[in-house]
Amino acid sequence: MSDIKTTIRDFIIDNFLFGDTSQAIEDDTSLIDNGYVDSTGVLELVFHIEQSFGIKVADNEIVPANLDSVGAIAAYVENKQRSAAA
Amino acid sequence: MCGLVGYKAEGFSPETGRGYLHDMTDAISHRGPDAEGHWCQEGIGMGHRRLSIVGLEDGQQPMGLEDLVLVFNGEIFNFVELRAELEARGRRFRTGSDTEVILHLYAEHGTGAIERLNGDFAFALWDGARRRLVLARDRAGVRPLFYAQRAEGLFFASEIKALLAVPGIEAALDPFALDEIFTLWAPLAPRSGFKDIFELPPGHFMVVGGEVARLERYWDFEFPDMSEGYDTRNEVALAEEVLAVLDDATRIRMRADVPVGAYLSGGLDSAITAALARRHTPQQLSTFSVGFESAEHDETAFQAVMAEALGTGHAAISCSNDDIARVFPEVIAHTERPIVRTAPAPLYLLSGLVQDRGIKVVLTGEGADEVFAGYDLFKEDKVRRFAARQPGSTRRPLLFKRLYPYLPGLQNQSADYLTAFFGVTPELLSDPLASHRPRFRSTAAAKVFFSGDLRAQLQGYDAAAALAETLPARFARWHPQHQAQYLESRYLLPGYILASQGDRMAMAHGVEGRFPFLDHRVMALASLLPPRMTLKGLVEKHILRRATAHLLPPSIGSRTKQPYRAPDSQAFATSKKRDYVNELLAPAAVAETGLFNPQAVAKLVAKAGETGVEGFRDNTAYVGILSTQIWHRKFSAGRTSAAVAAE
Repeated sequence: MSDIKTTIRDFIIDNFLFGDTSQAIEDDTSLIDNGYVDSTGVLELVFHIEQSFGIKVADNEIVPANLDSVGAIAAYVENKQRSAAA
Repeated sequence: MCGLVGYKAEGFSPETGRGYLHDMTDAISHRGPDAEGHWCQEGIGMGHRRLSIVGLEDGQQPMGLEDLVLVFNGEIFNFVELRAELEARGRRFRTGSDTEVILHLYAEHGTGAIERLNGDFAFALWDGARRRLVLARDRAGVRPLFYAQRAEGLFFASEIKALLAVPGIEAALDPFALDEIFTLWAPLAPRSGFKDIFELPPGHFMVVGGEVARLERYWDFEFPDMSEGYDTRNEVALAEEVLAVLDDATRIRMRADVPVGAYLSGGLDSAITAALARRHTPQQLSTFSVGFESAEHDETAFQAVMAEALGTGHAAISCSNDDIARVFPEVIAHTERPIVRTAPAPLYLLSGLVQDRGIKVVLTGEGADEVFAGYDLFKEDKVRRFAARQPGSTRRPLLFKRLYPYLPGLQNQSADYLTAFFGVTPELLSDPLASHRPRFRSTAAAKVFFSGDLRAQLQGYDAAAALAETLPARFARWHPQHQAQYLESRYLLPGYILASQGDRMAMAHGVEGRFPFLDHRVMALASLLPPRMTLKGLVEKHILRRATAHLLPPSIGSRTKQPYRAPDSQAFATSKKRDYVNELLAPAAVAETGLFNPQAVAKLVAKAGETGVEGFRDNTAYVGILSTQIWHRKFSAGRTSAAVAAE
């Protein structure tokens, strides 16, 4: 789980914060409320998750509940990986 | 239309003053290529560059009347009526100019004269008998006026570059202005972008006598309290009134001793303006348009339809991505402030075309979207409130997709994401800035590129909160749509639309823009309309469409608002980047300026590659950073103010 979070956090810092580490991204920091991700950013995020974790994100899964924070994304990815393995 | 400069500085001899005035007027010669004039007395001086439009032979400035001396930039459209009234009171005129009308009107009414003027103006008037200087600016903020206080006294000018010609007035960046631009798109007046250089806010005048300066507001956008005081006449009567007032606003804006042309954007507003203008000119109307190489932005087909329908003499230019990149440094030299969109650049090219065709005055449709609620933002606010009243609805947020068919990133989003992107929460219903929060938030997201030094200077400054503090108490009693219209009209219109896209781009080529929709009678009538008359359902400018349908081809009259946009980062991030883009965005140059994080900017440049970045935030950042870098180098990067003015 912590590896997943690290991967996600690094991607967010690199791609949406352009390397700025002055603002802490906690597990529950909202990516939208803080202006890190816009509608284009969500598509970038989904693409990255699919690439990095080898999962397929269904259209109806592209919702803030799954993707709006590092913690939510990690839980979502883990859940998907578990379902795929089962 | 012209440019003015001057000072009120105790102890300045006329000889000293004349030298200052010469340098100051030289810095704004583009605003008035036809004539130059200076006037000085002990402690007071004024200068003028003239673009001759009314009273070609006898309208030279500075102009005097008894103890009064005036320099004036702009037009008084009701000068004919005012003159007749003044003549009836026994006043005798020496010239045919509107300038002289201001002098006589002031002689009769003092500063009370200002609210009698229907026009786009900025002026400086020396009242010798009372030893006081009056600076005034039009209601909506069409014409600019800046000032700076120095130890010797007050200096003022139509553009900042004239103030920078004064020794001792420095071009130092105001970090708070930069924060405001990277949130609100424009500095909050009186902040100008430069430290210690200020803008006279629209609808204000300032009286400077002795050591004391008094700033007074004589006009503001007004709306009735919610559900009270609306104009309750039926739709037919209101449509007739809208047409009548707009037609008269256009008629008096055709007053000039030179031909008046019109812009055609392809949209409803400029089509209405041109159609009405044609009724008031005996000659063939000249119209002008800009088209885009990029199909996403191009409206050439609609422009051609309108030009043909009106039988105008039409001229058009096509603007390529590289054209934008080519002229962008010149654009920033004229905006005198960073901008977060490239949209002024095509208008700079367009005014160049108008100048080439020998036309000095153009009517445009500017202001209609503010006054008659045309912008998508007003619809967006309505949908957000509709969705916020039923949290959890999966249907209501889908309306956002209808608002922005040209934003592909939105079309695939779920209701939950749309709810989040547009900040749909119950709290928005009580937020005075609710309508503008999504825009402010998306723009401010680009502040992630601010350097540590800049952040330290800002100390957590909140530009949106600063704006909220300037709102009048009555704002809270207005209908939400009127609140949104006020925010748009009071801040973005003068701060960005009329400044960076309007006056500065037109006057760069000695062209005067005139805006019938910003006639104060049109603004007053529209502000009393019940909100449903302007934004009916999700159809914008309803009453205006109804009032003018018979003047326009159906394909134009029924057209949904297309926001005027130009390619942003795509204009610069190409396989053949212009040298200045590479140079100014390189880490060393970014570090030298000190305003942005060089590593972050390098990542943005890498992300843009040769095709540009996607999305609102990244484009805002790219254009905002590049324009700031250009601005810094042009105006303040370790250079003396005199050197800046000399360019």
